[in-house]
Order: sequence, then C-alpha cells, then structure tokens
Amino acid sequence: SKIYRIAGQTDTASNTVLTPLVEIGRVALVNYGKEYGRLIVIVDVVDQNKALVDAPDMVRTQMNLNRLSLTDIKIDIKRVPKKKTFVKAMEAADVKNKWESSSWGRKLIVQKRRASLNDFDRFKIMLAKIKKAGIV
Amino acid sequence: MAPKQRTPKVSRNPDLVRGVGKYSRSKMYHKRGLWAIKAKNGGVFPRHDAQPKAPAPAAKAPKFYPADDVKKPLVNKRKPKPTKLRASITPGTVLIILSGRFKGKRVVFLKQLSSGLLLVTGPFKINGVPLRRVNQSYVIATSTKVDISGVNVEKFDDKYFAKEVQKKKKKGEGEFFEAENEEKNVLPQEKKEEQKAVDTALIKSIEAVPDLKTYLAARFSLKAGMKPHELKF
Repeated sequence: SKIYRIAGQTDTASNTVLTPLVEIGRVALVNYGKEYGRLIVIVDVVDQNKALVDAPDMVRTQMNLNRLSLTDIKIDIKRVPKKKTFVKAMEAADVKNKWESSSWGRKLIVQKRRASLNDFDRFKIMLAKIKKAGIV
Repeated sequence: MAPKQRTPKVSRNPDLVRGVGKYSRSKMYHKRGLWAIKAKNGGVFPRHDAQPKAPAPAAKAPKFYPADDVKKPLVNKRKPKPTKLRASITPGTVLIILSGRFKGKRVVFLKQLSSGLLLVTGPFKINGVPLRRVNQSYVIATSTKVDISGVNVEKFDDKYFAKEVQKKKKKGEGEFFEAENEEKNVLPQEKKEEQKAVDTALIKSIEAVPDLKTYLAARFSLKAGMKPHELKF
C-alpha cells in the first residue's frame, strides 16, 4: 500500500517534492470503480485511507485513496468548500486546460480517440502510416 | 352473390368494472331485441333444424389395416416470423462478411429479402463480390454508410437466386466426358447487365468519399493486438 507523505516534509536528498501529496485541493484521476477515468479534487481527508472527493458535475463522495491516481495539479481551496466556491476555484486554476496539456492527460485523450475508431477510420490511419513511412 | 359482410361483434353491454356489465339480463334481453325476433316468429324463438346432409359416397373398405396403432403427429400451425434485421444494418451499410468464399470482404448492403437473407453487392468491379445473398449471422455491420439512393433493387428477390433446374440427361458412356464439359455454368448476359446497372450508381457514390474505394477493395483481418470485443466497428 502507498505511504502518503505528510504535507510539509521534503525529501532529504533533494529540495524538490518528488511524488504528489494527498492534500486538500489535490487533483486526482479515479482509476477504479464507477467513476473510472474522472478527474476529481480531494476536498477533505477522512482518515488514513479515505478522502472526501468532489468534481463539478458529481455528488461529493468519499473514496478510498487506493482508487485514486494523484496528479501534480493542485487547486487553491479551503477544507470542504461550498460547491459554488469549489467550481469557481476549479475554473480559476484552469484545471481542464492544465490537464489536457500535460503529457498524461494527452495520452489519455489519444487512448480514448483510438478506442472510438471506426473500421474505416482504422483503414485510413493505416494508409496514412504507410504514406508517412514512404516519405521518411 | 357477394359474401355477407360481417360487422365485428360489438357488445351492447359496456363494462362498469371488468366482469360486471352495466345492464341486467332482462335489460339485455330487451336491448338485443329478442322480443322482436320472437314476435316476428309467432311468439317462439326461431329454430333452425339441421339440414339433411347429402349422403356421403359409400367408402370402400380399406385394403390394408396397419398391425399397430400408428400415432398421428400433432397439427403444427406455426408460421415462422421474418428474420429481424439488426438495427445497425440499414441500406447502404458497409458489412464485413465473415465466412465463405468472400470472408473478410467489405461489402455494401442493399436490402433484406423476404427469406431474411441480406442482398449484398461488392460492388463487383471493386472487390469481386457479385449481387449475392448473405446471412445476417455471418456479417459484421460497420458504422460506415454509403449513399444508396441512386440504386434500384426492387426487382431482386429470392427467386432471382434460385438454382436453374437441370433437365436429366441420359449419360451414354462415350459421351460422358463431353457432356460434362458442356454443362459448365456460364452466367447469362442479362445477369451481368443487371450487376452493372446496380453497380454504376453505387460506384459513383463510393468514389465521392475519399479512400472508400480502396477500403472496400481491401479485406478485413485481425492483426496483432486487435481485440474484437474492444473494437468499435
């Protein structure tokens, strides 16, 4: 199981914080369960294993931290904000664009696009790949 | 005389609740006018005695009585329903044929015939598949559609594809091999013409879409890493 570092501790070897921390305002990706693939924000910590999470189009729920993959995006909120304040803070931090321009976010978008390809689309891509290889 | 037009039976006794009519027996007797029918017939309800039947022709005693009682099979009045066409298959859909001589070929769907089979064409010039019938179960429907509005498929039905009945020829020994050579099946010219008639309009609408012609000419196959249950067609 993961050992979550207490906020404030820095690595002794270097000055930078290596892995993202579980903290209020941390953006994470749900990697298991009904909400698989959704970006959520940690809004409060329940105990060692559970956190209260929220997203603009979701009912606030608690989730086990094992279900989350933490990202390096963080927004500026106080503990358990009201939904309106929360949504405003999300937009102020521009989470969507930061996510979609990050390499992780871009990879997910490409994966989704590939999964939604038609048989005809796959054929066209094959032709394009062959053409590209011919130019090189 | 034209057969009597029978109006469907309508009840004169509306239901108050299921099983309970609005009118009592005596009221219904009056409503149905049974009193009038009786009055017309002199106070008695008209009787129709059985008409004397014409004497049935004398049946000859059968020549053969089977030794054991043979059970007659039960009457079967089942009429099979026409095959339900999958919602993803509409006229103009590109289908992938999965078995038979043309397996893997991508083909254009024209219409469903009365037998339930799908009428399909390559087009012939593009991938060598002629006007052909194909079973829905052996087909993957892709979401690619071709514009089929210029094509007239009214005249094609199951009878068009029926095998021609060969007249039985007496085989003489010496003529055996010669006869076989002559019985080669040549597709009649009119069928070729009909194929062309269907295909020219189709090919025009296919060439309007870039890469569609090469797509239909190529065969489908599973490559490494393709998971059919995860593929979207």
